[in-house]
Amino acid sequence: MIEGILIGLQTALSFKNILMVMMGCFFGTIIGMLPGLGPMTAIALMITITYGFEPATGLILMAGVYYGAVFGGSTSSILINAPGVPGTVATSFDGYPMAQQGKAGKALAIAAYSSFAGGTISAIFLLFAAPSLSKVSLAFRSPDYFALMVLGLTAVSAFSSKGQFLKAMMMVILGLMLATVGQDSLSDITRFTFNNMNLTDGISFVLVVMATFAMSEALTIILKGKDPSRATEQISLSKLGSIKLDKDERNKMLKSIPRSSVLGFLIGVLPGAGATIASFLAYGMERNYVKEDEKKLFGKGSVHGLAAPETANNAACSGSFVPLLTLGIPGSGTTAVMLGALLGFGIQPGPRLYMTNPEIFWSVIMSMYIGMVILLILNLPLIPYIARVLATPKNFLIPLILFFSVTGIYLMSFNNFDIFLMIGIAVLATFLRLYNFPMPPLILAFVLGGLMEENLRRSLLISNGSFNFLWDRPLTAVILVFTISIISWQIYSSFKKKK
Amino acid sequence: MRISIDKIISLLFFILSAFYLYQTHQIEVFSFDENAPFNAKTFPTFIAYIGMFLSILYLALPERAPSKVDHKVLDYKSTLSLVIITIIYGFVILKVGFFFSTSLFLLLSYYFLGERRWIWMFVLSFPFVATFMFLLHGLLDIYLRDPILKMIGIIG
Repeated sequence: MIEGILIGLQTALSFKNILMVMMGCFFGTIIGMLPGLGPMTAIALMITITYGFEPATGLILMAGVYYGAVFGGSTSSILINAPGVPGTVATSFDGYPMAQQGKAGKALAIAAYSSFAGGTISAIFLLFAAPSLSKVSLAFRSPDYFALMVLGLTAVSAFSSKGQFLKAMMMVILGLMLATVGQDSLSDITRFTFNNMNLTDGISFVLVVMATFAMSEALTIILKGKDPSRATEQISLSKLGSIKLDKDERNKMLKSIPRSSVLGFLIGVLPGAGATIASFLAYGMERNYVKEDEKKLFGKGSVHGLAAPETANNAACSGSFVPLLTLGIPGSGTTAVMLGALLGFGIQPGPRLYMTNPEIFWSVIMSMYIGMVILLILNLPLIPYIARVLATPKNFLIPLILFFSVTGIYLMSFNNFDIFLMIGIAVLATFLRLYNFPMPPLILAFVLGGLMEENLRRSLLISNGSFNFLWDRPLTAVILVFTISIISWQIYSSFKKKK
Repeated sequence: MRISIDKIISLLFFILSAFYLYQTHQIEVFSFDENAPFNAKTFPTFIAYIGMFLSILYLALPERAPSKVDHKVLDYKSTLSLVIITIIYGFVILKVGFFFSTSLFLLLSYYFLGERRWIWMFVLSFPFVATFMFLLHGLLDIYLRDPILKMIGIIG
């Protein structure tokens, strides 16, 4: 192992590879910041560039783009409440309210420090635990995955509903309904397309996230433009504030980082789970850990509420490399694109990768440390400049958000139908938001819908149609107990408030 | 008796779930899959029933804090104008091309939102879109359909 680490260090520290990490982080941050262009798009764009490179160099560049884009995505979540990637949706819960309070600089600084800490701690775990953790991830079966997804959806409904659990659960169902549009993944039977060819491939994630977050946010700002309370909110939004954190904020952040790093990494290791579930669960877990006074601040600009998902999503990014490098199973959509790139290089990732190609396995891990440092150095001094996006007057900012949203969809499909569908969903989302129906549960359900159906299918087929699979395995049962606890807690707290 | 908008939305959600269930029954699965433990109908059927159950629960339970929206302070006119401009933009983007349609969309949106600083309105429309197009089309080699610019010979 020591020999492998040294080989990796030597490869990662070559001038060319350091340059690649820097380029990857920089372009990743820029692309990730633009709503609609997430890490998947960024990495897909890089594939053609990396074909001329050595495999290790190519993978190092793509890894840099990956965590750069995740950090960039959190910037747009905080500044304009438009998460470019699902992994940064939870960041907007407290990051955006902080920006609205004139603390955009602090929110971006917390995001930068937390991302750095989460990514670095997770890379240490990856270094020492990769081989043994692959065994843990192999222990998860379809029923466990299904239960884990139900837990994730229940948790996000509970924590983003602001006391309106049923409304959040209805949004989960709406998200699942949207996810079922298009061809069934196994039988290829078309469902809910109403004979419209444009719906055969389903509705794209970028379209739904753009409509429910970026576009709907822009329309809400215009709709509430005459609202005196909202006007105050908008004026304060243009204040950037300092990026320096006080002692109390530092302490809060330091408490959140270790537990969220561990959780993020462990969730990232599970194939299919990734940064999205990690960030939502970290947000929920953090809310349970903090004192009652702090709990009330969640959703209104809590430091804990921002640091936890930011740490976890970066930790999960590193964690998702475990199944990719050791099992050859991508942990997320982004690592699936990277798997394709690796296969293009003629390398088959799997349990023997770190024996047959140690320079690739270890150099990617080593480059992560360098990448995290570069990301911090690159982003902290740039925060005041990045945050200047906020100084753009509303009359200019809103059309530009709409422009990026429409362009993001246009570039994907060159199809008018997708643009109209996005406008329709955005109008509906604006109306629902007006009546406090939360959007994050809808997004998570939409992302997980396909995976949930797939795992339920496998579980039911294995158990021959019986629902015994829900309690046959201790791991599934434990996860379901957690889910039931969250639902019970919601019912209990609802009755408690009534009294 | 006055029913809150929240309850009306959940009633609409019930109707949506019922319609979704109806559509689920319209899915034609393969004959050998009809009695399988899981087919293309199974998951949507669960979703539909859970959706109906949740909306009934919301309708039946007493409301704790119904949402209060003051319609007098909402700017429907500007919002509707912006939505209509975006729909028109969606219609013309493929025919007119990216450059002109996007620049005009931005210019009109600024105008309808009350902006009258013409220099800034111009800078943030035509030159801004041209720079964006150069970054995407010229540097990143991302295809942008623009029949007019192609006809003039500016893009290939």
